[in-house]
Amino acid sequence: MQVKINGKPEEVQNGTVLDLLKTKNIEPQMVAVEVNDKVLDRDHLATTHLNEGDHVEFLFYMGGGR
Amino acid sequence: MAESQWLVSGKMEFTEEQINRYSRHILLPEVGGKGQKKIAKSRILLVGAGGLGSPAALYLAAAGVGTIGLIDSDVVDLTNLQRQVLHHTPDVGRPKVLSGKEKIQALNPDVSVSMYEERLTAGNALKIFGDYDVVIDGVDNFPAKFLINDACFFAGKPLVHGGILRFEGRVTTIIPKKSACYRCVFKAPPPPGLVASCQEAGVIGVLAGIIGTIQATEALKLVLGIGRPLTDRLLDFDARKTQFREIKVRRNQNCALCGEHPTITELFDDGDPYAGCAMRPSA
Repeated sequence: MQVKINGKPEEVQNGTVLDLLKTKNIEPQMVAVEVNDKVLDRDHLATTHLNEGDHVEFLFYMGGGR
Repeated sequence: MAESQWLVSGKMEFTEEQINRYSRHILLPEVGGKGQKKIAKSRILLVGAGGLGSPAALYLAAAGVGTIGLIDSDVVDLTNLQRQVLHHTPDVGRPKVLSGKEKIQALNPDVSVSMYEERLTAGNALKIFGDYDVVIDGVDNFPAKFLINDACFFAGKPLVHGGILRFEGRVTTIIPKKSACYRCVFKAPPPPGLVASCQEAGVIGVLAGIIGTIQATEALKLVLGIGRPLTDRLLDFDARKTQFREIKVRRNQNCALCGEHPTITELFDDGDPYAGCAMRPSA
């Protein structure tokens, strides 16, 4: 199915947000995940199933400033 | 605290020189003489006088901000000069707040500068923040970013958050209790075991200028009360693509700080400030 990841359309397998993170080799603790403009609690990554057309944002920590 | 040099016999009047200096602002219908007086009365705090703080300080000084506060406990290091344009080669080894104050006042003697040569902590944050209208985040570690977010919430001060890493930067404006806060999106600092240092990750120097000047723009808009603030939006910039992207965010009712049932009810130091900053996985 197709979802938008960080603004770009991508073909992904059916599954949960956690599955998608694993596929992309992203450590869940390093990212905030938003689905359709709503931030997910980390506890819900494994129970939130993706649907066709969902907008997924991986928001990485950006900590520099100096 | 030193009175701003604007206040002549208790009433703010611009001299002819000041009218000339700020003429390009005064010409703007959205600013005018009235807006320039708002800028002249404003007090803006820069937490960190480094990469983001440098361009912000210079443009806010040029704009005629009445008081600029600088918090930084560091001295200027040679490796800073690639991006921290507030500091010059002869400043290496000197306190950043002092170097910063000199540059600000050389650019614009109208500006008062308050120096805080200390680390921001849960112990000093509220007292310092209370004296300012807007806070600009220019720190380089997550515990400090969370502390600034929390302190702005408890002090009720608008915050212009910024972050840079490698070729990417991010800005967002946070109006406590009105718009999404940093914790609404990023609940807590990343675990120290998973982070690499900023020094290892690197940053392209110009990025500090791009993000820091957007932060200064946001601060001036807040002071002037004009335009639409960058609230409930993360503005991400990718220098490799020269591309901005806006990500909508909203207040999180489960936010530990500003949600419906907050678990953070007082200021605390959230983790080791020397833990460094997170790196995107290289996958």
